[in-house]
Amino acid sequence: MRVNLLERLSPYECKGTDQNTEAFVNITSRHSGSALVITVDDNRVDASVAIEFKESVRSAAQEGVGPVILDLSNVTFLDSSGLGAVVAVMKLLGKERPLELAGLTAPVSKVFRLTRMDSIFTIHGQVPDSLKAAG
Amino acid sequence: MLRGNTMGASSKYPNGPFDSSAMFARNFTAGDRATRSVLEELVAGLASAGIGGDDLATIELILAEALNNVVEHAYAEEPGPVELSVAMHRSGLSCQIIDTGRPMPTGDAPNPSLPTINPPEEIPEGGFGWHIIRCLTTDLSYRREGPRNTLSMMVPLSEFD
Repeated sequence: MRVNLLERLSPYECKGTDQNTEAFVNITSRHSGSALVITVDDNRVDASVAIEFKESVRSAAQEGVGPVILDLSNVTFLDSSGLGAVVAVMKLLGKERPLELAGLTAPVSKVFRLTRMDSIFTIHGQVPDSLKAAG
Repeated sequence: MLRGNTMGASSKYPNGPFDSSAMFARNFTAGDRATRSVLEELVAGLASAGIGGDDLATIELILAEALNNVVEHAYAEEPGPVELSVAMHRSGLSCQIIDTGRPMPTGDAPNPSLPTINPPEEIPEGGFGWHIIRCLTTDLSYRREGPRNTLSMMVPLSEFD
């Protein structure tokens, strides 16, 4: 059955939300073989968290010496600000700590393909079970 | 002054879901967190109206890019009001974003080519937003009227349940 379209609601109030709410990004990391796997636990990497995302991933990647695999399997929305943050982390880590991507959902993969930035990352089709963060 | 949420006569659409007056509209103060909240509401509303997952992802991405531009450029100095409205037509979703910030510098919506990707020296971190918008929309137009910027575009739908 088709549902009637969208109801008009009262004007959206967003008093203070941008000034008073501290943005943060939840990530977890673990070693797997020579790689460090950093899993993004949130489902959005957008302009409101891009700076915090960059800082969190960079900080988590200070452990270890090998490649860093960014597990994006929980991320269902990434805009160009989020993409820019991923690229910025890759540059910050440098050649010695190559940043690879894993577990791209369809909407996230689309952003990488549209911008051709899929060409500069090693992208693993799936996060192998052995690489998945525990729990 | 921006219009209030007064477009359309009623929240009932006697002509069914393709009634072109059927609309999602929000007025809010520009900001990254507000963009996220409004998009989450929009996606929930469109999902309940039968818009499918791929189309939802596309419209959310397009509007995120357009609203991010309003926050970063039109309201670079200080936040101001934004009006987002989305109406459904047979051919897709027509979207309109109005703000009262700075005008587009060129007087038109940008149509840039993709930033050069030439690793390891040249790896862009930005400059993708308008490319994404232009790739995924049709009938994009921008006009400046008095203090108002109006960006309009159509997002074609691939599926409808």
